[in-house]
Amino acid sequence: MRKLTAFIAGLLFGIGLLLAGMANPGKVLGFLDLAGAWDPSLALVMVGAIVVASVPFSWAGKQSKSLLGAPMQLPVKRELDVRLIGGSLLFGIGWGIAGICPGPAVVLLLTAHWQAFVFVLAMLVGMLLFTALEARRAH
Amino acid sequence: MTIDWLNFTPWTSLAGGALIGLAASLFVLANGRVSGISGLLGSFLQPGSEGRSEKALFLLGLLIAPLVWGLFAALPLIAFKSGWFGLAVAGLLVGVGTRYGSGCTSGHGVCGISRRSPRSIAATITFMFAGFITVFVLRHLLGS
Repeated sequence: MRKLTAFIAGLLFGIGLLLAGMANPGKVLGFLDLAGAWDPSLALVMVGAIVVASVPFSWAGKQSKSLLGAPMQLPVKRELDVRLIGGSLLFGIGWGIAGICPGPAVVLLLTAHWQAFVFVLAMLVGMLLFTALEARRAH
Repeated sequence: MTIDWLNFTPWTSLAGGALIGLAASLFVLANGRVSGISGLLGSFLQPGSEGRSEKALFLLGLLIAPLVWGLFAALPLIAFKSGWFGLAVAGLLVGVGTRYGSGCTSGHGVCGISRRSPRSIAATITFMFAGFITVFVLRHLLGS
């Protein structure tokens, strides 16, 4: 059952990204271009998502198990650190260059655009690089 | 600042956002997990990590979303603005950055802010700021 809900959640998430315009890199860049002709649409994507998700997340935060009996696994860390801010800066620069973040990158893979493959390949290499660097740090 | 009224899509963007919020709510209520795509991808790349099959199924749903959409309607406009080099650099930065920063637009921006997590609020402000500055530099200072 949890496998089915995971699949449906992913599918709904992807449809939402497509409907919202998040899967169009040109539109995302239009939102990030404050000094040009600014397209505020994507601010509304966040508003819509947060309004809907706030009550379920605040309820979930008080539970130890999900409705289907899985352990509730919400992040507990609250302190800010250099990794959080530095990583988010790098991510934002990459997002500003191409207008693609990880969710839309996955959605774009099967839309028959070669650009999506280049981006996703580089993104996965970046993630593996992080894992390799972390493994070195641990030694 | 001028508003690009021609491309402004308040209703579909709000509705799409609500659908994203619904999907994230379903995943946390049923599976007890945060819908953070970079985190899910990170786990997917690690064989033997916790809950890998559930996470893979979420990613599968995300992956085939355009095919399901295509059964009912034509895909919305998708316009890329960068060449292969820009895409490769951007992809690398997004990959490394989201792993170091423990999340992206979905995990921090949607789920984290919905949980009122101080880390996610700080991360979202940071990557938004970096995105605004990057586009400003590339489009208005360097003029590409």
